[in-house]
Amino acid sequence: MLKVTGLCTEYAAYDQRAKPVRAAQDVSFEVAEGSFFTLLGPSGCGKTTTLRSIAGLEKPVSGEIRVGERLVYSSARNTFVAPNKRNIGMVFQSYAIWPHMNVFQNAAFPLQVNGARPGKKAIEEKVMRVLAAVGLDQLAGREATRLSGGQQQRLALARALVMEPHLLLLDEPLSNLDAKLRQKMRFELKRLQSELGVTTVYVTHDQSEALALSHEIAVMNEGRIVQIGSPRDIYDAPRSRFVADFVGTTNFLEGEIAAGSDDGRYTVRTGVGEFSAQAIGMLRTGDPIVLSVRPEDIQLFERRPEQHDGSNICEGIVEARVFLGECVDFGIKLGAQTLFARGHPSLRAAVGEPIFLRLNPEKCIALAEAPH
Amino acid sequence: MQTAEQALSARELRPEPRVPFDFKWLVIGLAVALAGYLALIPLGFLLWQSFFTPSTASQAAQFTFGNYRDAYSSLETARLFGNSLRFAAGTSTLSFLVGTALAWMNERTNTPFKKVFFSLSLIPLIIPGILFTVSWIFLASPKIGLINLALQDTLGTHHAFVNVYSIWGMIWVDGLHYSPMAFLLMSAAFRSMDPSLEESAMMSGANMLQVAGRITLRLAWPAAFATLLILFVRALESFEVPALLGMPVGIEVFTSSIYQAIHRYPSQVGLASSYAVTLLCITSVGIYLQSRLSSQGNRYATVTGKGFRPRLIDLGRWRYLTAGLFVLYFLLIVVLPFLVLLWSSFQRFYSVPSAAALKHLTLEPYRFIITYPTLGESVWNSVVLSLSSATTIMLLTSVICWIVVKTRLPGRWLLDNLASFPMVFPGLVLGLAIMIFYLNVNIGIYGTLWIMFIAYVTRFLPYGMRYNTASMMQIHKELEESATMSGASWTTAFWRVVLPLLKPGLMAGWIYIVIVSVRELSSSILLYSPGSEVVSITIWELWQNGQYVELSALGVMLIMALLLLVIAAQFIGKRFGIQEA
Repeated sequence: MLKVTGLCTEYAAYDQRAKPVRAAQDVSFEVAEGSFFTLLGPSGCGKTTTLRSIAGLEKPVSGEIRVGERLVYSSARNTFVAPNKRNIGMVFQSYAIWPHMNVFQNAAFPLQVNGARPGKKAIEEKVMRVLAAVGLDQLAGREATRLSGGQQQRLALARALVMEPHLLLLDEPLSNLDAKLRQKMRFELKRLQSELGVTTVYVTHDQSEALALSHEIAVMNEGRIVQIGSPRDIYDAPRSRFVADFVGTTNFLEGEIAAGSDDGRYTVRTGVGEFSAQAIGMLRTGDPIVLSVRPEDIQLFERRPEQHDGSNICEGIVEARVFLGECVDFGIKLGAQTLFARGHPSLRAAVGEPIFLRLNPEKCIALAEAPH
Repeated sequence: MQTAEQALSARELRPEPRVPFDFKWLVIGLAVALAGYLALIPLGFLLWQSFFTPSTASQAAQFTFGNYRDAYSSLETARLFGNSLRFAAGTSTLSFLVGTALAWMNERTNTPFKKVFFSLSLIPLIIPGILFTVSWIFLASPKIGLINLALQDTLGTHHAFVNVYSIWGMIWVDGLHYSPMAFLLMSAAFRSMDPSLEESAMMSGANMLQVAGRITLRLAWPAAFATLLILFVRALESFEVPALLGMPVGIEVFTSSIYQAIHRYPSQVGLASSYAVTLLCITSVGIYLQSRLSSQGNRYATVTGKGFRPRLIDLGRWRYLTAGLFVLYFLLIVVLPFLVLLWSSFQRFYSVPSAAALKHLTLEPYRFIITYPTLGESVWNSVVLSLSSATTIMLLTSVICWIVVKTRLPGRWLLDNLASFPMVFPGLVLGLAIMIFYLNVNIGIYGTLWIMFIAYVTRFLPYGMRYNTASMMQIHKELEESATMSGASWTTAFWRVVLPLLKPGLMAGWIYIVIVSVRELSSSILLYSPGSEVVSITIWELWQNGQYVELSALGVMLIMALLLLVIAAQFIGKRFGIQEA
């Protein structure tokens, strides 16, 4: 449905004489019809620029963008379709609800300015249908300035959907809402998207949003896509230190490969002992790696556990202990390092006492690192 | 299904926030061309003219340094220079001190009835300079001035206590006239100061004086100095006071000398131009420094848009004194001038208020004015000119501001400066430059309303820039982008989204320009010809003819009409806030 190939963008630096700043670099991905695709990354990673290039609000330096069968941008063929001719719906971070129009007028605007102007009756019917879909039909006559944050968000969505776009772009639409409302809107978005089946590209820096909503996630860093995959892939099998660190919480232990085997299982040597770990791709003995293990994949014991053949077990000292109700977070001193682990509230180990850790070998990921 | 835009050159592939669109480029191109035409062409001709002898029927214009030699070699010029500087320095100091004191009282103390004072402070803006000056002649002339007569009456002498026909009189009248501007600018400066900056100094252990000296004044000084500079420039440019008060007693400043050089026979346009160029140099330096200071001031800008309430100083019983000062000020600047005009407008011949004169009250001046042959035409001309120039300016500058604020087009700073450039033109100099240009390039508008229209649009273009820039910056770019994504073309998005959102600023700026256009005298005086008089010119003519009571009647009616406009402006200003440029 959407195909982006080799997209590069840059923008003029604030100081006009300075060299332009590169934003997206060689970004390529494909989004299947009807799916929900997320660009995830820290601020300044190029995700918004990529989205705005798809919209046509920014002109890339090179690359190619296709929406369906239609080529909307190509540097090689010198093609650029103006944003108002692309038939792409977009929800902006600020919602961009026009304050001088009421709810109905906001939602009707796209139908009024498009080339094929439907009749007044048809417009009204379409607008009311889309307002009903987002639950705003009762407020059609209300001044847009008198809407709450959540209602503005719904209206922005209605306005983007009313022209039945080929593609829906969402630019951090939930970031301006408070935590409770954000959660509610997250479900709402997911429901609407699957009901309407509109192909969606979503930009966010919030990994939990990305994991909750997407069919597929592209993690971006410094202008490049570093990994594309399903939410579970991204979370369970990060390909790089950046992805492991950015998506979720994790512990890193630096070390090297001590021994390998054919089934992707390795023994790694770290400063605090040897562990059995998984890896994607081939690693050779002696390769520097970093071992990533998430807090929930560390089992905690007050006494050295007898089961589990004794591998991947080490001993540490409780350094900090935070009681959260359904669980307890521990900071555990292990040699020179502190690991974070999540334990059952029944664990009573106090600060300063020894504690035993088992790093689940299925969930220990060895990530290749360039030698320092 | 390819809409390839082949016209794109490789350079234009550099990202711009928006996409080229034919009609958009046409509008932008027109705006740039107009701004350049208005701002630069007259300047070029002014410079050119200052190096040429006047062309007469028998002799073509010749290149010469003579104008500058004449202008700079004479002792007269040194005196002129001295007078101008003394006048401008005195005026700006007086208006700054008065305006700052009032602004401080209004913004930072618990003076009673402050809100009323603030609303009233806009009223002086509507009194045209020429009427204000005339009314102060009625009040403080040595022979007929009411103040002198009242004092002589009570003290039983014939001593003239105050004399408005002197450098100090000029400074007094012009200083008062510009004090509302100082008041508004300094009020804004005091208001935008974040009180938490002062409070944190207090929490650090500083006392009131230390806070004032080390925080408040340091934060306010760029704004204060910028205000002082702009007042200095405005005083140098002012024409009415030097013409009415200075010229009769031979106190010449640049503006009155330019006027006299033109009106001498044969008129010495070259000499006037060389004076004008000199004046322009001074004002340019002033405006340049002022804009540098203002942008420096933005570095400390503490305007957050949050509705903080500055902490007020409790003056105790002194607050009645400050309220009294406000009343006194209002008396001097509005009530007395207006009353004296009102009084004389009901007289057959100008006479001092007395029981005897009270018997001779008459509506004769009003009858005279209403049947005055050129009045209807001049009122019509004023209305047409002010409405059309205000509309043109606000629409033109909305496009220019859009380019400056919303795009990343290379060279947009140039456009910004170009459109703000007429700020440095004193009205008289602009009038002179435009006169020279259309005398030399005859496109058939010399002596028509069109030439005055061009002068007004040029002169007030910077005000439009100010109002529109301020409100354009408040429009989030996504509001426009979402219109584009909805399928709207640039023109549709501009018309249906940008302009409606600009409306409060557009309206406020529009009304302000209407008011200053009606007051305008110093450019018009060089450009009008029979048939294209405006109201301010009619007042000028009445003064020259000595028809004081008729002038007063016209003045009273003009002030009332402008008052109605200001009430409308206040009404809209509630939504946006009027500012003096």
